[in-house]
Amino acid sequence: MDQIQERILEEVADLHGVPEGAYNIRANGKMAARNTTANIDIISKEDGSGIDIHIKPGTHHESVHIPVVLSESGLKEVVYNDFYIGEDSDVVIVAGCGISNCGVQDSEHDGIHRFYVGKNARVKYVEKHYGEGDGTGQRILNPGTEVYMEEGSTMEMEMVQIKGVDSTQRSTIAELKAGAKLLVKESLLTHGIQHAVSKYEVRLNGENANADVVSRSVAQDESYQEFDSRIVGNAPCTGHTECDAIIMGHAKVLAIPQLEANDLDAALIHEAAIGKIAGDQIIKLMTLGLTEEEAEAQIINGFLR
Amino acid sequence: MLRLENVTFDVEAENGPKEIIRNVCLTIEDHKFVVVTGPNGGGKSTLAKLIAGIEKPTEGRIYFDGEDITDLGITERAQAGISFAFQQPVRFKGIRVIDLLRLASGKKLSVANGCEYLSKVGLCAKDYIEREVNASLSGGELKRIEIATVLARGTKMTLFDEPEAGIDLWSFQSLIQVFERLRESTEGSVMIISHQERILNIADEIVVVRNGQIAEQGTREEILPSLLGTDAAVNTCHFGQPM
Repeated sequence: MDQIQERILEEVADLHGVPEGAYNIRANGKMAARNTTANIDIISKEDGSGIDIHIKPGTHHESVHIPVVLSESGLKEVVYNDFYIGEDSDVVIVAGCGISNCGVQDSEHDGIHRFYVGKNARVKYVEKHYGEGDGTGQRILNPGTEVYMEEGSTMEMEMVQIKGVDSTQRSTIAELKAGAKLLVKESLLTHGIQHAVSKYEVRLNGENANADVVSRSVAQDESYQEFDSRIVGNAPCTGHTECDAIIMGHAKVLAIPQLEANDLDAALIHEAAIGKIAGDQIIKLMTLGLTEEEAEAQIINGFLR
Repeated sequence: MLRLENVTFDVEAENGPKEIIRNVCLTIEDHKFVVVTGPNGGGKSTLAKLIAGIEKPTEGRIYFDGEDITDLGITERAQAGISFAFQQPVRFKGIRVIDLLRLASGKKLSVANGCEYLSKVGLCAKDYIEREVNASLSGGELKRIEIATVLARGTKMTLFDEPEAGIDLWSFQSLIQVFERLRESTEGSVMIISHQERILNIADEIVVVRNGQIAEQGTREEILPSLLGTDAAVNTCHFGQPM
């Protein structure tokens, strides 16, 4: 990998060099490095469309990194990655995609991730998206995530897109069996004329299934954001979705939290709030010696933490 | 030393400009503990905001350590050494107590050092240091955190706008001790806007602001006797709590 790719890797996966544990690094459409462990196997799909990650039942405290970097202008790819997470395992999965596009052609990576989470397994999934480069070519990321959770399993998802992605269409669907728990925390910042759409559909199919889908976003300049989160309660279950957005400049934000209860004992809640930064927040930080711009940056950083 | 010279502040009202502060001259000497009191709506908070730079005087000048700071903004005055504890502390989603203390101190404060400031204001530090300064905190907790941030700044001049406002009297009883300690250890000058007798009791000087003007000003011994029993001073014992 070259220096640009290494820097992007650092942005999307907090990686300084080669990670520990299992990993698969994809650079410009090709596998750049791979490592498997006794418990975690990574196999390329036969048709070359992506990889299958198999985590053995009972695997504990191991991690899988599958970052993708694109530094060639004009590269477009669709990749399918399937995760089979064994029963009773407890693992961290770090995905992420960074695009550096200095050219005139659009670069696009559409990563489709499917998670099959075994009984009582626990997964922490971190996904970061990042774009850079001063070319006129667009940087486009359209991630699709599907999560199928068996009884008693837990999945915590952290999705972060803070900088430089021109267009994103994010789609996440999840199906939860009894006692399964899904926590989603999305942080999004758009600027310039960026356009971001994020859709969730979470189906709570089993008794005591629980979902909490929270989005915090900041829309700056002329950018546009749409957050469409739908929780469907098909059993006695609990669900909560929240969209909290800071709007700045001439940005536009559309929040559509939706609930569908198909069971008498489905307890579902949604919240949405959109507003500009409160003036007294800025004044307070200025009385601590920060400039107005520094105060604004601190408020945004905290909000998106 | 802080000096206000003929400071006037008007706001636009329906039927023309309305004077909120009228021709105020006030000097706060170094190392003095000055309590500003007086009836509600008399202009006390506005006076503090004029000093912190949140409002700009319509007329008059403000000097800090000999420098004319009238035209300086909030940030520049803060950097010059003026701190301001709000009457209604601000909440921030996502910003933690330790983050605020770090911003206030202007350095990479360790968690242990941050905890020291919280302990000073009577908060069990480990329970609060990582918490977000958001709506989950009570009014009393926020007030203490607000005071901790100005203590962390350690500036030459500190303004407190009604530290007792918005918190229950039981909480305030212990908060008074924070000011009593501050009184003993302060290096710079302190100006507190307060109605509480126990705060008035530790003042070097008392300033009574009424109708936008300084109605009385002098040492505690000179002013306090005339205030007791008036709206300007509230003795917390009157609320049935033994002291």
